[in-house]
Amino acid sequence: MSKIVFKDVHKSFEDGQKVLNGISLEIADGETHIILGQSGCGKSVLLKCLLGIFPIDAGDILVDDLSVKNKRTYSNYIKKFSILFQGNALFDSMTIVENVEFGMKQIRRDSSAVIKSIAQEKLLSVGLESRVFNLYPAEISGGMQKRAALARAIAIEPEVLLFDEPTSGLDPVTGGIICNLLRDTVKKLSITSLTITHDLKVAQFLSDRASILNKGQVVWTGHTDDMKNCSNDFVKEFYHASCVISKKTD
Amino acid sequence: MTESIASLGKYTIAALQEIGRVSIFILRSVRSCFYPPFFPWEIWRQMLAVGFYSLPIVGLTAIFAGMVLALQMHVGFTRFNAEGAIATVVVISITRELGPVFAGLMVAGRLGSSIAAEIGSMKVSEQIDALLTLRVDPLKFLVVPRIIAGLLMLPFLVLIADIIGVMGGFLVSTTVLDFSSGSYIAQTVKNLELMDVVSGLAKASAFGFCITAFGCYHGFSSDLGARGVGRATTSAVVSSCIGVLVLNYLLTALFFGK
Repeated sequence: MSKIVFKDVHKSFEDGQKVLNGISLEIADGETHIILGQSGCGKSVLLKCLLGIFPIDAGDILVDDLSVKNKRTYSNYIKKFSILFQGNALFDSMTIVENVEFGMKQIRRDSSAVIKSIAQEKLLSVGLESRVFNLYPAEISGGMQKRAALARAIAIEPEVLLFDEPTSGLDPVTGGIICNLLRDTVKKLSITSLTITHDLKVAQFLSDRASILNKGQVVWTGHTDDMKNCSNDFVKEFYHASCVISKKTD
Repeated sequence: MTESIASLGKYTIAALQEIGRVSIFILRSVRSCFYPPFFPWEIWRQMLAVGFYSLPIVGLTAIFAGMVLALQMHVGFTRFNAEGAIATVVVISITRELGPVFAGLMVAGRLGSSIAAEIGSMKVSEQIDALLTLRVDPLKFLVVPRIIAGLLMLPFLVLIADIIGVMGGFLVSTTVLDFSSGSYIAQTVKNLELMDVVSGLAKASAFGFCITAFGCYHGFSSDLGARGVGRATTSAVVSSCIGVLVLNYLLTALFFGK
């Protein structure tokens, strides 16, 4: 059964630039799906359209049959998601533990003490030590911020977890650790996840099924291992370029 | 000729669109003030930022305004032997005009810029998008607390500024101009009317609304990148200052006009 359905989604900006040009894609319930593509191909815009941050021009996006365009049901629609932003988007004015508590306070009626203890538990579960709980985001490393942002994302118990370029800005070792953490988290929670990345290695590590975006369209969807046999010129070029970079960096 | 008319029309349409956007933003923000959820801790944090942390700059401005006013009035009033009116003129000028306007302009510079920069940076770093995904309306979390803080704390700041400004006039009059402190205080109290203070406080509240609303609007509508945030900050200060001056005239005309 499909959890997320993109139906011929179109999106242009005010300057006339067409970013999404008829995206159609179905993501099954419990699936870990990856959207791959070059920088500027519309991956992040697609994510923001999915969240309703950018309104779509035509087509529709459905999650459990709730449309992103329906204003009456939007509050129920958005409740299904949680996202790990590319730059983490932790609130500067709050400590790490307050960041996690903040989202939980919007959905739970528990006392502050209970919420605090759950928040601390979530932070420990993503591998953060208690000494960083009361520090501000600017006072900890990028890897720790990523973990804190993941703790905030899972604390609100979403049905769909979104990852926007989860390893960007991290060194390869920390990136690898974060990838492991994301894979384990999704597996443990058994929820649907959608990851946006330009990194084929990350895609192969996190998921079996991926889609490739080019010029605002999905040009290929399938098992990541089948990508090398695809006849589409862009997919072949993307795959080989990624392999060359991987070999050089290895 | 045709080009001039076309560009005039273009600028007029752009200006009207901007007025429309500001009006819609302010109406939505005001509506958001009246229904839950509220964020009391955030309101308290903003009240501290607007009120407590603006006290030094507003106090400093007020004391010098009172001191200069007393000196200038003395120079002017000795020309027609009316030195006795200095205390009255100082207190009325401070409470009706100088206190609210100087405090308004100082807070516009200090706070308008910081609100626009903070919200603009939050927009750039996707923190506003993060609020949405955490089921929080950014207007309710970022705008409403600031507007409430502006509405409540500007009058408090102006009341303090009034007291400090009058004290500045008193200091100069009694130490430099040889007035007796008893008669200066008596003159000040005798001629001060409740409406003088109340009108100043009402103006302050309106200025507080204007400064915070413009700061938030420019923060929310800032372009991405450091340049966009910088531009939003400048626009917030300029539009807040203009707003304070325009509102000052309109409210003065409302309270004291014929």
